[in-house]
Amino acid sequence: MTTLTPILTKFWDDPQSWTLKTYAKHDGWKAFAKALTMKPADLVAMTKDSGLRGRGGAGFPTGLKWSFLPPPDGGPRYLVVNADESEPGTCKDIPLLMAAPQFLIEGVAITSYAIGCHHAFIYLRGEVVHVYRRLMRAVEEAYAAGHLGKNIHGSGYDLDVTVHAGAGAYICGEETALLDSLEGRRGQPRSKPPFPAVAGLYARPTVVNNVESIASVPPILLHGANWFKDMGTERSTGFGIFSLSGHVKNPGQYEAPLGITLRELLDMAGGMRDPQRPIKFWTPGGSSTPMFTAEHLDVPLDFEAVGAAGSMLGTRALQIFDTSVCVVRAVDRWTDFYKHESCGKCTPCREGTWWLKQILGRLEHGEGSEADLDTLLDICDNILGRSFCALGDGATSPITSSIQYFRDEYLAHLTHGGCPFDPKDAALFPIKETVSA
Amino acid sequence: MGHFGLQTAAGHLTVPAESKEAYAADVEAAFRADAAQIIARYPHKRSALLPMLHLVQSVDGYITGRGIALCAELLDLTEAEVSGVATFYTQFKRHPNGRYTVGVCTNTLCAVMGGDLIWEAVSAHLGIGHDETTPDGMITLERVECNAACDFAPVVMTNWEFFDNQTPESTIQLVDDLRAGKDVRPTRGADKVVSFQDMSRVLAGFADGRADEGPGAGPASLAGLEVAKGHGWTAPETTSAPQGTTPARADGPTGARTGKDKA
Repeated sequence: MTTLTPILTKFWDDPQSWTLKTYAKHDGWKAFAKALTMKPADLVAMTKDSGLRGRGGAGFPTGLKWSFLPPPDGGPRYLVVNADESEPGTCKDIPLLMAAPQFLIEGVAITSYAIGCHHAFIYLRGEVVHVYRRLMRAVEEAYAAGHLGKNIHGSGYDLDVTVHAGAGAYICGEETALLDSLEGRRGQPRSKPPFPAVAGLYARPTVVNNVESIASVPPILLHGANWFKDMGTERSTGFGIFSLSGHVKNPGQYEAPLGITLRELLDMAGGMRDPQRPIKFWTPGGSSTPMFTAEHLDVPLDFEAVGAAGSMLGTRALQIFDTSVCVVRAVDRWTDFYKHESCGKCTPCREGTWWLKQILGRLEHGEGSEADLDTLLDICDNILGRSFCALGDGATSPITSSIQYFRDEYLAHLTHGGCPFDPKDAALFPIKETVSA
Repeated sequence: MGHFGLQTAAGHLTVPAESKEAYAADVEAAFRADAAQIIARYPHKRSALLPMLHLVQSVDGYITGRGIALCAELLDLTEAEVSGVATFYTQFKRHPNGRYTVGVCTNTLCAVMGGDLIWEAVSAHLGIGHDETTPDGMITLERVECNAACDFAPVVMTNWEFFDNQTPESTIQLVDDLRAGKDVRPTRGADKVVSFQDMSRVLAGFADGRADEGPGAGPASLAGLEVAKGHGWTAPETTSAPQGTTPARADGPTGARTGKDKA
């Protein structure tokens, strides 16, 4: 049996959880003090040794990413934190930044010191104004306490941190699109190589990491790489925030070792909302990860096991849908999203997501034909792996996986002449007959 | 407030001459001073463009022709380059926005949990559709994409503050209160929702002193923490044990192991 491990979420219930004062009560900034006594290379080695893998979806080893920076050449090197959390279902970084932004700021300071960066950026999506306030305040408090600025705590090390608000574009969560956006351009992904480690922000060596990855660095430094590795599974070490949403009794944030199962998490979350309606489908890591069904409840939620079962761990965004939900409706709406958010740079994604939407829309309304399913799969095949970034790939995941598991439900729309489900059944609240106008 | 954003037959938005009228001298001077502060945050000044466009919205309520011209001048860009950026991002509005943007999340999770029904109800109640504004200029209604609060579904955003766990009735009450000029309080956010222009100024990076208002976390954010506390589950203490030894045990009454058995 796996138990929860509150680390980043440990003091979110403190009435003033976001302040430096509260953070200091919980070992805040002790890790940075320790870092300043260490060699930067040892910090990179420690992070590598911990096995920490990126928490923003791709799962690339964090310490390895840091080690890809070329040797210092006297010019600037940058750390850019990806706080553009927008993957449908993903809702862990925003509450972390609302409740305990100092974790991120301390992680930024340690990481910047480790990679030789003197100006770090936090790119926050623009649609969360109160989180932006909290982040600006957290940076202000860290400067006032002498944790940021010139000659920090007499170490001779200088660091400035700028918090930057985006303006509404899912694609800016892709690291090279984020860099273009931060440079004041349309957020469109770059061709790689060169990777950001070589030519990132302003064409300088740059590390781009997710909020939760960087926030995990202070606890790792404080407690040691072995402490971190003792949690999780062999190749997916440590803890992570699992976000449960949808038809579950107590949706929310559950911080647990990687490798926990949805069955265990559901049990902790009070089970399904309506015991008469079992789980029908769910995403392990956001809408871009192929969906799972009830048969996957015991898949360990780590990078390897989820991959072996045909999906991706992604951001641990567990969107849970019960039997009241039409899978075609769900996939049609996700496809709407990808069509809307495709940046338009690469033809397969720009045109392909548009066609996917046309076909799914008519299927959901009972129009079209069985041959449309083959057309959908054919278009997916022409998108997957054929664009600069993974947005188009993500658009295909819900379609191919839902046809794999629920082909009969697609066909039922055709025989029924429309969607056989009533959307009102899936809603959380009872529906009144007429809503006052 | 006129409807400056006119759509041509080809579907392009045109910005008429009114939005290109020069700023009053004092307004322009203040803008230049603010812009200088924004530019100073970055090693390369073009990075200031997104915050400066938020600043334009804080002054004009949307992205105006004169705002584009001023950004271009200050950043050594062409107006076409600035327009190209402004039109890419959904938060930049090409026509006058209402005092409040009310955004109903209609991405899959929220839509299924009731967001579609909220949208239908509030759209019918106000008599406007997506990106349209009430005649009194108070509310611009939007269908918004996932706003990272799925555990609080269905979610409605008002000037990008969280209104969690909404219903059609609560959202209709919300827009009625906003139109009546009453202060409204987000579930997780500042003590009251500020105007679109004041909010835009914050997004340009100018703090409004409200960071310490509101809660740190909503109930769903704390769901796992409460379960852990109820069971006495904690993260392991620091261990200096070498790799491969038995994982630390929690002190909780269950005696359960933290972490998965690697054996």
